[in-house]
Amino acid sequence: MSAATPTSPALGTSVPAVKAPAVSLSVTRRWKKPTPARIIAFVILAVLALSWLVPVLWAALTSLKTEAEAAAMPVSIIPDSGFTLKAYANVLSEGLVPRWAWNSLITSAAVTAITVTISALAGYALSRLRFAGRTMLISLIIASIMIPGQILIVPLFQLMLSLNLVDTLWGIILPQVVAAPMVFILKKFFDQIPFELEEAALMDGASRFRIFRSIVLPLSRPILGAVAIFVFIGAWNNFLWPFIVVNDANLMTLPTGLQTVISAYGIQYAQNMAQAVLAALPLIVVFMFFQRQIIKGIATTGIAGT
Amino acid sequence: MTTAEGLAGPTRDTAPADHLSAGRARRRRADNLRGWLYCSPFLVAFLLFLIWPTVYGLWMSFTGTSLAGTNTGFVGLANWKEALGDPEVWSSLGNTAWFTILSTIPLVLVAMLLAVLVNIGLPGQWFWRLSFFLPFLLASTVVSQFWNWMYNPQLGLINTFLGWFGITGPAWLQDPSTAMISVVITTVWWTVGFNFLLYLAALQNIPDQLYEAASLDGAGGWRKFLSITLPQLAPTTVLVLVLQLLASLKVFDQIYQMTSGGPGGSTRSILVYIYEAGFTGYRLGYASAISYIFFFLILIVSIAYMVISSRRSVKA
Repeated sequence: MSAATPTSPALGTSVPAVKAPAVSLSVTRRWKKPTPARIIAFVILAVLALSWLVPVLWAALTSLKTEAEAAAMPVSIIPDSGFTLKAYANVLSEGLVPRWAWNSLITSAAVTAITVTISALAGYALSRLRFAGRTMLISLIIASIMIPGQILIVPLFQLMLSLNLVDTLWGIILPQVVAAPMVFILKKFFDQIPFELEEAALMDGASRFRIFRSIVLPLSRPILGAVAIFVFIGAWNNFLWPFIVVNDANLMTLPTGLQTVISAYGIQYAQNMAQAVLAALPLIVVFMFFQRQIIKGIATTGIAGT
Repeated sequence: MTTAEGLAGPTRDTAPADHLSAGRARRRRADNLRGWLYCSPFLVAFLLFLIWPTVYGLWMSFTGTSLAGTNTGFVGLANWKEALGDPEVWSSLGNTAWFTILSTIPLVLVAMLLAVLVNIGLPGQWFWRLSFFLPFLLASTVVSQFWNWMYNPQLGLINTFLGWFGITGPAWLQDPSTAMISVVITTVWWTVGFNFLLYLAALQNIPDQLYEAASLDGAGGWRKFLSITLPQLAPTTVLVLVLQLLASLKVFDQIYQMTSGGPGGSTRSILVYIYEAGFTGYRLGYASAISYIFFFLILIVSIAYMVISSRRSVKA
């Protein structure tokens, strides 16, 4: 079902016939003349934005020190002996960080692919097909949004025990693919697509599934991309569930693996920070390149999901 | 009758194109089957991983299920009675409420302030968004690591900074009087970006004409903010507030990672207590009972929101 999971979500492409949820985070390119008020606002903003980055910069700085420098009193911002990549070398050679990164990547990718596929199919059916029980199903799915997933950890763990999925990657993946808000977002989007296109194809004898795959899905690329981004980031950063279902260090994801290391490494500050920076790096890099798409995706799903 | 709703609505059978109706009836029968077929992959996961655990968890709360392998079977209301009389449950609920109040207020106000400042349209848009939104993309473990290090009593940047002014900072996370506020500060730093985005999108949807008309009437910047921006942001504020309340009530990650609920239980949230009862205390049945007490609280907030928002839409 590769059609349902866009490999390169072309979020920027606008489809004339379809009105996407009204989220326009446009950037004004023409700057107005600086007035005293604007200069003051600029200074406030600059101070806030820089101080927001301080914890990240401080961690990065520490990760580039030797362990001795990182634990030295009084604290020096720039180490006397200069910077070193030793902490990173240690982490990458001894630790399981690459392994965890790989586990994070495949579990998040699987969660995203499955979630988008099954949610799009269900969303399409709920939007376009009039079947008995449809309204009941919609109400049930909407009502289920109120169930906080966190309260399910105990019974879900029992379920995973009986399915023999504890300490497996599937155990991490499967419970995360149920995303009722996403089904609802996709249904609302499909509702907006004019029916004429599909009707013409139906008259020509195209099958429903073919229409779904070659008319509806291509028109829905922006929203599918937005949902995929939202789901992927959520899965990548999920802590509680992977923490509960996996105890084998080789199967941990980045967030859970890091937690076990905090207790294991103890006071190796530079190494701890190097791990944290390494864990943060993939998303930071991706965000720098795809800032516009990610922000739009989060804002769209964040607003439409409510 | 061109839209999907129209085709499916009650007027469908009286549509003028009579020669099509036989085909449509056949299609409708097929749609009945197809609808369930298309929903089935989602429904299987939905029933297995959401509805079943919800029901099974309720059943477990009436049993003595234990991770240690001893199952005392059906125990009636014993878990519920014990939970309601457990001072740890009440103190965890109290901590959760306190965390929710302390975090929700700044997470709404700071988000609005940042969005309004960024929306002025000053140079550096890419950088502002990066700074304020980036932390939201970090895993909780990374955030906790960063802030544990910031808060380190001897080596952390915060106390080093305070030291330059001759102030001896507290042991932030180890001191019961500062642990909660420290976790709150970390939470605001981490998650304000999401609310910031929702506000930014709302601000950009305010029609420019409103401001232009106000300018013609001689309104200043502050006046325009009070009379146009704030009222126009009201629906977003209700939305952000409720989403934030629900998110804050569910706090687990950063507390578990930064303080494990300590010192002396001063930051233990209800979810941390559920985790402890179930997975370190092995009492799954008891943990389920507490989960359900918590679930009812979440339901109250959700239902209150639905009532408020439906009243709003009736008025509008």
